[in-house]
Amino acid sequence: MAITELTAKEVTKKVINKEDLFILDVRNEGDFNDWKIEGDKVQHLNVPYFDLIDGVEGILDKLPEDKEILVVCAKEGSSVFVAEMLDEAGVDAAYLKGGMKSWSEHLEPVKVGDLKDGGEMYQFVRIGKGCLSYMVVSNGEAAIVDATRMTDVYTGFADELGVKITHVFDTHLHADHISGGRIIAEETGAKYWLPPKDAGEVTFEYNALEDANDVKIGNTTINIHPLYSPGHTIGSTSFVIDEKYLLSGDILFIDSIGRPDLAGLAEDWVGDLRETLYNRYRELSDELVVLPAHFMIMDELNDDGTVAAKLGDLFAENHGLNIEDEEEFRKMVTENLPPQPHAYQEIRETNMGKINPDEEKQREMEIGPNRCAVR
Amino acid sequence: MNADKVLDAKGLACPMPIVKTKKEIEKMESGQVIEIHATDKGAKSDLSAWAKSGGHELLQDTEEDGVFKFWIKKA
Repeated sequence: MAITELTAKEVTKKVINKEDLFILDVRNEGDFNDWKIEGDKVQHLNVPYFDLIDGVEGILDKLPEDKEILVVCAKEGSSVFVAEMLDEAGVDAAYLKGGMKSWSEHLEPVKVGDLKDGGEMYQFVRIGKGCLSYMVVSNGEAAIVDATRMTDVYTGFADELGVKITHVFDTHLHADHISGGRIIAEETGAKYWLPPKDAGEVTFEYNALEDANDVKIGNTTINIHPLYSPGHTIGSTSFVIDEKYLLSGDILFIDSIGRPDLAGLAEDWVGDLRETLYNRYRELSDELVVLPAHFMIMDELNDDGTVAAKLGDLFAENHGLNIEDEEEFRKMVTENLPPQPHAYQEIRETNMGKINPDEEKQREMEIGPNRCAVR
Repeated sequence: MNADKVLDAKGLACPMPIVKTKKEIEKMESGQVIEIHATDKGAKSDLSAWAKSGGHELLQDTEEDGVFKFWIKKA
């Protein structure tokens, strides 16, 4: 027997297809509790590798015989070490190539649907971190929204489709992940757009993303219409694309809503958040398909791996859109907040261009879940 | 801080810093202190979690120029 290697892409397929998977996570307890691979049919056993140095005999009776076993650690080394010991003990085991580091970085492109006149909408699911980004394709041109720092995935995907990236947008200044928008724009000659109200401290040139400043790509019929929707940040902007999709950024998610405190001003912005969710979005068509910039739990994934739902359904089912009392709403989004994302201040400064950490440092800053929502 | 043993684990990736530390500490007497030098960022949280689970005491840790140093007292 030999130990096998599973890539983040292969594990992603298993999670999306709801296949049985037993994960032996050998990171320390704190790291495991903070962030792990999740899925409908994923079971976990957490035993740190340093408790297994003398052998795996003590855990053999806790491992299922009828399920695939995947050993996971932070970077890979310790999972190989443990998988080899399991192999010697006669247990088939695989390890996750690149560990949680590659899990955090994997992007899975999924087609959401067609646009008028042959265009297409793609969602890039960063399954390990819950970040969602988008590529709108029409007639040989592409626009990207909320790109992650894994820029070659987008440029490679555009090359495969044979389209030219002409516009790159960020719906807001991100606090949970490092934006790849500026780099993609520099590499491809595309225009980079940011909401000016979030860009007060940025150190580079950008195009001001403002209401009704429509952008057209490819066929003139594919219309990208920005809609000022503050609340998560003061500049947060949504997009209505092709009169069919609502890219809601970090304002509205499938099962939760945006948090107003990551730029430090929860009390000030809660009113904006309420106005956006309870008035501005109410004026839009219920038929729009909401495409958010994040998901928090695997239940938010549809069977095809997309994260999308009709705006009308969210008005009916999303708790954060159904709090009549303003004071109660204010309390929920200011008092009931999850911990802030790991290194979020440094991530904001990186996205402003104020600091330029190397790739290893960027990777480390992004480790962990995104935590951009309140439920 | 005085150490009875210094272990150089620089340049080693997980799980080796802890595998080596464990091997060394087994040769030591209760109450003796081992000083470990490592460059792997994961070593910090793992060494403290490992020390805790084995009842050893992490006396001090420092970081300087990318080198992490730990002093652990054997239980």
